Amino acid sequence: MRNLFARAAALTILTAIMLTAAAGSALACGGLVTPNGTINLLKTTTLAAYHDGIEHYVTSFEFAGEGSEVGSIIPLPGVPTDVIKGGDWTLQRLIIETQQRDLQRTALFSANAEDSGGAQVLLEKKIDALDITVLKGGAIEVGDWAREHGYFLPPDAPEMLAFYAERSPIFLAARFDARRAESRGVQTGQGTPVHIVIPTPNPWVPLRILALGRKASETVQADVYLLTDRRPETLPQAERAKSSDDDQRGLIQEVSEPASGTLLTDLRSDRGMKWLPESGMWLTYIRINETAENLKHDLAIDASGYGRPNPIAAGYPAPSATSWSLLWTAMAAIVAVAFLMAVTDPAVRRQAARVFRP
Amino acid sequence: MKLRVAVAAVALTLLVGAAAASRGAAARANAGTVRITIHYSSFAPDRLDVDPGETVRFVIRNTDPIDHEFILGDEHVQLVHEEGTEAHHPPRPGEVSVPAGETIVTTYTFPNVSGSLIFGCHLPGHYDFGMRGTVTIG
Repeated sequence: MRNLFARAAALTILTAIMLTAAAGSALACGGLVTPNGTINLLKTTTLAAYHDGIEHYVTSFEFAGEGSEVGSIIPLPGVPTDVIKGGDWTLQRLIIETQQRDLQRTALFSANAEDSGGAQVLLEKKIDALDITVLKGGAIEVGDWAREHGYFLPPDAPEMLAFYAERSPIFLAARFDARRAESRGVQTGQGTPVHIVIPTPNPWVPLRILALGRKASETVQADVYLLTDRRPETLPQAERAKSSDDDQRGLIQEVSEPASGTLLTDLRSDRGMKWLPESGMWLTYIRINETAENLKHDLAIDASGYGRPNPIAAGYPAPSATSWSLLWTAMAAIVAVAFLMAVTDPAVRRQAARVFRP
Repeated sequence: MKLRVAVAAVALTLLVGAAAASRGAAARANAGTVRITIHYSSFAPDRLDVDPGETVRFVIRNTDPIDHEFILGDEHVQLVHEEGTEAHHPPRPGEVSVPAGETIVTTYTFPNVSGSLIFGCHLPGHYDFGMRGTVTIG
């Protein structure tokens, strides 16, 4: 079985999200780029499971090799109560379940929050060769922290960080320690799964950040697995997969069905997955295949049965005072034009003269 | 009837004009100073008009949590910086690094001929991202 998982792991390819902190030859002014000049992020595989008001977010960070320390920042929907090493086969087992048909608990962190005047460090943890830091702060504070800790932020990072910080000021930064990776024998391309436990009433999966640092026309690919108590509604809504379209764009719903007993048994047998019920879960597999410029929102999930995923959790703007004032201005302009047209109409003027004649 | 059409046309023109004006015209130096704000890796304003031979004091404020540059010059200058290897620039007129959250001042005298120059940031990926503006001399 393990061999099967190992083969499946080869399919998983890379963790995504962003940022690189690196030494290496400088190809442009500033020079903080990896030796090959860019971040090479191919595909992300993520499980976002929601049960009993807790989001379990499992993703894998891939070691990019010696000499280049690739790091990532993941926006989170809430303060995590736990970050642990993810199970060895959870993501791979989900891939097998959905894509091969055709073929230790820590204390609450908030109590230990360190207030440095900038971003608050809520948690620091080492998982294998990964250094994990959970941060709380606005876009500027988190950006400052990342810069001061050697992360290279691409030019779209300021707007991206603001996009997330407005909704949830919680971020998880993860970076491989190249020396520790070497001493542990971590190979290039080898992933380290991380399991983040986040109590939240509004679960969402960060998708827009997958576009960070990419050109507008570049394609972002990711696999998102949802395990929920009920069949979920998502926003944006995923389109059903079209068998006739090999390059279907957008958020594509490949699987939506009750999770099988064998899947749940296999997942429950993995590290840190005992919280998963033995039955009654719904499995959704959404494939992301979209250009960076069109990936503007996150994936809000409502598994309550009401079918109303939160638009704000998906990153849609809340109606603001500015938009209302613009609306009123437009309406006032229309009324003014209509009034001017009416008063210049001879018939209207004659009628008005009759009405107001003493 | 003609009067109504005329009034409607004037109103529409005013609305369209107001919308166009809100996009912003090219900025000019005020008492020899141009204030440029960097926000979300963009320059504002990103279009400037100057007179030939004019000396302008640029006050550049970086509101982003990442470092930027302000490099003013022709396409050759931009190319040199795009392919350059300087992590930080010693302050040269019109060529300065603008660290995160800081305000930097540089003074530049434009050539005595009409034409146009570019200002941009050449930290990795920034110029391609669209972090540039134009100066029209004339």
